[in-house]
Amino acid sequence: MSAQVHGTQNFDKAKRAEIKFGEEAMATVQKIISHYPADKRKSALLPVLHIAQAEFGGWLSAETMDYVAEVLAIKPIEVFEVASFYTMYNLKPVGKCTLEVCQTSSCWLNGAEDIVRYIEKKLNIKVGETTKDGMFTLKTAECLGSCGTAPMLQCGASFHENLTFEKVDNLLEKYRSEGRLRSYTDKDYHNTL
Amino acid sequence: MGKKLLIHNDKVPNIHTLDVYRAHGGYASVEKALKTMTPDQVTDEVKKSGLRGRGGAGFPTGMKWSFLAKPEGVPRYLVCNADESEPGTFKDRYLMEKIPHALIEGMITSSYALGAKTSYIYIRGEYFYVARIVEKAIEEAYAAGWLGKNILGTDFSHDCYVQVGGGAYICGEETALLESLEGKRGNPRIKPPFPAVAGLWGCPTVVNNVETIAAVCPIVNMGGEEYAKIGIGKSTGTKLISASGHINKPGVYEIELGIPVEEFIYSEEYCGGIRNGKKLKAVVAGGSSVPILPTELILKTAKGEPRLMSYESLGDGGFQTGTMLGSGGFIAMDEDTSIVKNLFTFSRFYHHESCGQCSPCREGTGWMERILKKILDGRGTEADVELLWDIQSKIEGKTICPLGEAAAWPVAAALRHFKHEFIDYVKNPKNIKDVKHYFRLNNLVEA
Repeated sequence: MSAQVHGTQNFDKAKRAEIKFGEEAMATVQKIISHYPADKRKSALLPVLHIAQAEFGGWLSAETMDYVAEVLAIKPIEVFEVASFYTMYNLKPVGKCTLEVCQTSSCWLNGAEDIVRYIEKKLNIKVGETTKDGMFTLKTAECLGSCGTAPMLQCGASFHENLTFEKVDNLLEKYRSEGRLRSYTDKDYHNTL
Repeated sequence: MGKKLLIHNDKVPNIHTLDVYRAHGGYASVEKALKTMTPDQVTDEVKKSGLRGRGGAGFPTGMKWSFLAKPEGVPRYLVCNADESEPGTFKDRYLMEKIPHALIEGMITSSYALGAKTSYIYIRGEYFYVARIVEKAIEEAYAAGWLGKNILGTDFSHDCYVQVGGGAYICGEETALLESLEGKRGNPRIKPPFPAVAGLWGCPTVVNNVETIAAVCPIVNMGGEEYAKIGIGKSTGTKLISASGHINKPGVYEIELGIPVEEFIYSEEYCGGIRNGKKLKAVVAGGSSVPILPTELILKTAKGEPRLMSYESLGDGGFQTGTMLGSGGFIAMDEDTSIVKNLFTFSRFYHHESCGQCSPCREGTGWMERILKKILDGRGTEADVELLWDIQSKIEGKTICPLGEAAAWPVAAALRHFKHEFIDYVKNPKNIKDVKHYFRLNNLVEA
């Protein structure tokens, strides 16, 4: 099953050959698959895509999606139609840190727009862009369920709440010094500043 | 102090662990149900309790359970809807984060009643860290024998798993959630058949909200009749309210249904009044989908009676002068808030979250967002305001799932109660810029 995932991306056979879950990731994937009846492996698709995204550079390339299809024994198009539906899957490369600032009602009422503008100015990028050094991507997000602690932003699995400009400064500095990819499978998932 | 049944122990250190939860009476409902009750007796207690779905629709839980088809040899499933995404709502996150075992206990007791050998907790992907907390609690429960084979030495065996979503509001709609759980796009299904007949993988399935499932524990413990004594009329029991916006004390509060809205907003026990000594302008009482009400209508009904925090009282007057309890996402806005701009954030949200299946919703949500943007950019006309009304009226009731209504209602209500503000914006665009809405940040120097 190696029909290629469609879209605007080029499919690189050499790259595809290199993509393979490590032992630990594969064990997690197998555990997730075991949660469903044997003939319903496809149900594991959403969680497995999160792992694939974390393992293979923070986004889902055509090659990565093709590999996930093979692991779950489904068609590549079934992976692509799901990956393109849900907002948490990146179909384009992103920075090592993706900052997602919530902008819906309660966050807006508490100054989310100021936070977005502040980060834009500070990183010299606009929403949707990545810094030249590939460190930060800035995005806005719809309600992340943090309305009582607004404004907030999410980075990887961490919620950063009751934001002020000062907190944003500290956060950017911290992430820059760590210089690493923060993913949904990070062990230290909730280190709110 | 009102009665608390769900988060009364939320401040107890380490209540998220099994040992502490157990020491505070946790898992008593599982013991009582499995050892002394039949599954039908558990369902009967839930029916007697008058519990209504806490996710937003308010459908009687016991009745929903009684619709579950029970054909021989076909597995049945309980699925917990933890895809909390309704703007203004964060109570399920709080409950799962602070007291994850309350949900797991409810899952076991409810599954026993429904005869479900397997259950899934579908948590929105953005709550990844919450999913971790729940997963750890599930591991603890397995290790202690509350999950797995022959629980408490009875014939009842049960497995419970967590699945994380991928970021889509629509998956809070129960059939979209089931699609997502099957590894597909979150497109709502046409009903009937309802999940109670053909749900997860075509099998009979009950989908309940986190808070609903957690409420089953106190109901079994105290008995349905006792539970029904709490609250007012058909709004029985307690409800978690997520309070946010321009209030002094945002957070999750457990209220006894039936307390006055005024008390909820102004008493120190709850929201503590409006921030910075400002006046209240409007409230969205039950999550972004429900109609916004101006101060005079949220504090009192059109008949002049005090408005209460209950399904019936908030709904009093229909959509002309009333609203809905919904998910309990309570957003308060002060006198300086731009209702038009707030509505724009809602419309942008629904446009972003429309799954795209039905044309009225897919096209209408985007159209409404663009008109509101145009008005806020100072280029709106009075005809645009009329057009907004026209568009929303053509979405409602014409879509497969209620996202269409959810997108239309806030627009209709804002126009119904605050049309003057829209007209002012299109006639005097300079007034748009005067809107100040920033609180914690406006004391800080802009960089």
